Amino acid sequence: MAYEGEDKILEEVTGKAYEFGFTTDIDSDKAPAGLNESIIRLISSKKNEPEWLLEWRLKAFRTWEDMTEPEWSHLQYEKPDFQAISYYAAPKQKKVLASMDEVDPELRKTMDKLGISLEEQKRLSGVAVDFVMDSVSVATSFKDKLADLGIIFCSMSEAVQEHPELVKKYIGSVVPVRDNYYSALNAAVFTDGSFCYIPKGVKCPMELSTYFRINESGTGQFERTLLIADEGSYVSYLEGCTAPQRDENQLHAAVVELVALDDSEIKYSTVQNWYPGDEKGKGGVYNFVTKRGICHARSKISWTQVETGSAVTWKYPSCVLKGDDSVGEFYSVAVTNNMQQADTGTKMIHLGKRTRSTIISKGISAGKSQNSYRGLVQIMPNADHARNFSQCDSLLMTDRCGAHTFPYIETKNPTAQVEHEATTSKIGEDQIFYCLQRGIEEEQAISLIVNGYAKEVLNKLPMEFAVEAQKLLAISLEGSVG
Amino acid sequence: MLTIKNLHAQVEDTAILKGLDLEIGPGEVHAIMGPNGSGKSTLASVLAGREDYEVTAGSIDFDGTDLLELDASERAREGLFLAFQYPVEIPGVSNLNFMKAAINAKRENQGLDAISAKDFLALVEEKSALVELSGRLRDRSVNEGFSGGEKKRNEIFQMAMLEPKMAVLDETDSGLDIDALRIVSEGVNAMRHEGRSFLVITHYQRLLDHIVPDHVHVLSDGQIVKSGPKELAFELEAKGYDWIKEDTA
Repeated sequence: MAYEGEDKILEEVTGKAYEFGFTTDIDSDKAPAGLNESIIRLISSKKNEPEWLLEWRLKAFRTWEDMTEPEWSHLQYEKPDFQAISYYAAPKQKKVLASMDEVDPELRKTMDKLGISLEEQKRLSGVAVDFVMDSVSVATSFKDKLADLGIIFCSMSEAVQEHPELVKKYIGSVVPVRDNYYSALNAAVFTDGSFCYIPKGVKCPMELSTYFRINESGTGQFERTLLIADEGSYVSYLEGCTAPQRDENQLHAAVVELVALDDSEIKYSTVQNWYPGDEKGKGGVYNFVTKRGICHARSKISWTQVETGSAVTWKYPSCVLKGDDSVGEFYSVAVTNNMQQADTGTKMIHLGKRTRSTIISKGISAGKSQNSYRGLVQIMPNADHARNFSQCDSLLMTDRCGAHTFPYIETKNPTAQVEHEATTSKIGEDQIFYCLQRGIEEEQAISLIVNGYAKEVLNKLPMEFAVEAQKLLAISLEGSVG
Repeated sequence: MLTIKNLHAQVEDTAILKGLDLEIGPGEVHAIMGPNGSGKSTLASVLAGREDYEVTAGSIDFDGTDLLELDASERAREGLFLAFQYPVEIPGVSNLNFMKAAINAKRENQGLDAISAKDFLALVEEKSALVELSGRLRDRSVNEGFSGGEKKRNEIFQMAMLEPKMAVLDETDSGLDIDALRIVSEGVNAMRHEGRSFLVITHYQRLLDHIVPDHVHVLSDGQIVKSGPKELAFELEAKGYDWIKEDTA
């Protein structure tokens, strides 16, 4: 029996306009559209890069030119015109700032709207924020405190200047240039991103946080993040995104590389809320991201992601469990609504002995969206007694959306233990009615049920992020009634 | 408290209630008995405002309010509670958070501020003692992994928390062993109050040994065909429902 109220509320929910759709009016120092060697040379010289990095970029560009865009995902979208994109834009803000007061008031206003006023961030909560607007970092806080511990947390551009030996050693070591079409493109044209190094034995005392924001019409974003946890160290890193409303599709092809050396632990959490396009699927961000970490002996990498935005998401945060006794985890909530498409999951590559991995994926599909989990668990011949547990759940909010699960399991070692569980359910009319009968409004009932469903993953997020993630789930699925 | 007049209701195109009349005064406990398919659970669903059930004629007055004008959550906030025959599980939503959301929805409706953490916990302590609901069960997700008896105790716990004006118990005795039946009944009896009415829907008389009603009604083919004092339940138990059918034929 159809529950009419539910369809109605889901229509209303679906109709909720994107809340963070605003643009900031700041002059940009912007390269002409198009991609060729001279643009790459321009980017490199604008950023005052060393020769080796320019060579690396040019090599990546030549590699990319020989590659073709992948077609294997469960996604349908108009292929980006790479010659129509401008590959470099920097806010006009060249001098080094002594304090927050010197930051462009327009930028400050944007940050306020995003709810991440740096001043407040500085005063409260112990979160250091490296704010990336378009491609150049505009402000970094808590640096002194981190510097005391020997922690380096800065923009990639700064790291190239200040710590070239670390950058040179590790860049492209986890995600090689030719890994895939978009990683090659990113290597050629990345403009900025974050860099983080935690020295031996240091437990980073605060959550490191970076907010990305696409802000220049027609500018592709090619972030590159490199995070190195030296032996015995620990770091929790937060990444969150919101974006302004757009008419044309925006391409985002980031690369994130994590290196967990012996006995270290990296927790990497993402809340992603890029503009998903309007109800008909027009506009919206294309999010083609390559995220991968390598785990050395006894180390652990934990990916947690809450994906609510983007028109098209193509993303598989992965772990290469190279060292013996290393651990990889992937916790994901992916929400798709309207015409959104997501093809996301993870890869756990077990190389070392007694390596362990856990995958918990929660898909939520609403509107006419398509939500796919794609995961690979690979146990290589030397990975004696490797173990994996995977659980992939899908929740359908309407009769018109789709949920798909593509688990790939390859085991080349007979001592491996691999478990896979999958469920698909439709949000229960009975559950909603039960809440209604206790006096809870339909909108809140849906929010309760959905947050309950995703709780296992939300619990993995640091406290302040979990709150934001719940709000995002609410914004994505609830909307305001009436 | 509740006045039902000439109620007709259908599910899809099948008429189930066919002119039901019932009046329940404040503080009264009424039992409705009847064979399977007589419309007992439909009556509970119609009162609670389930949308699949269409009221085609008649009226329901609830403490001066036209019940049929309210949607399901409004009815609940006005003080109508349904103890479900089959309570649903809501994974990941803790029982206490669920109750807090329900209580605050009701308080907001009354123009009150959200309940303080301290008052809420005190209320939980007090009410969970009524049905011997352990901390383990309170902290778990709503009904998840509960046994049949635990689910029913949880229903009565929720009722006690929400302190409704009118409680409808839909086959609360089904699936209960003797001990659980006793605990649930004692919980209900402790809730009996001059300002609170109960409608106890049951197939068997045994529940009414524990929750002794003021009036018993027999529902058959969508109508109340016989009403009487509590002794009517014994007669039904002894003679079976066929006796009523013959009697009214």
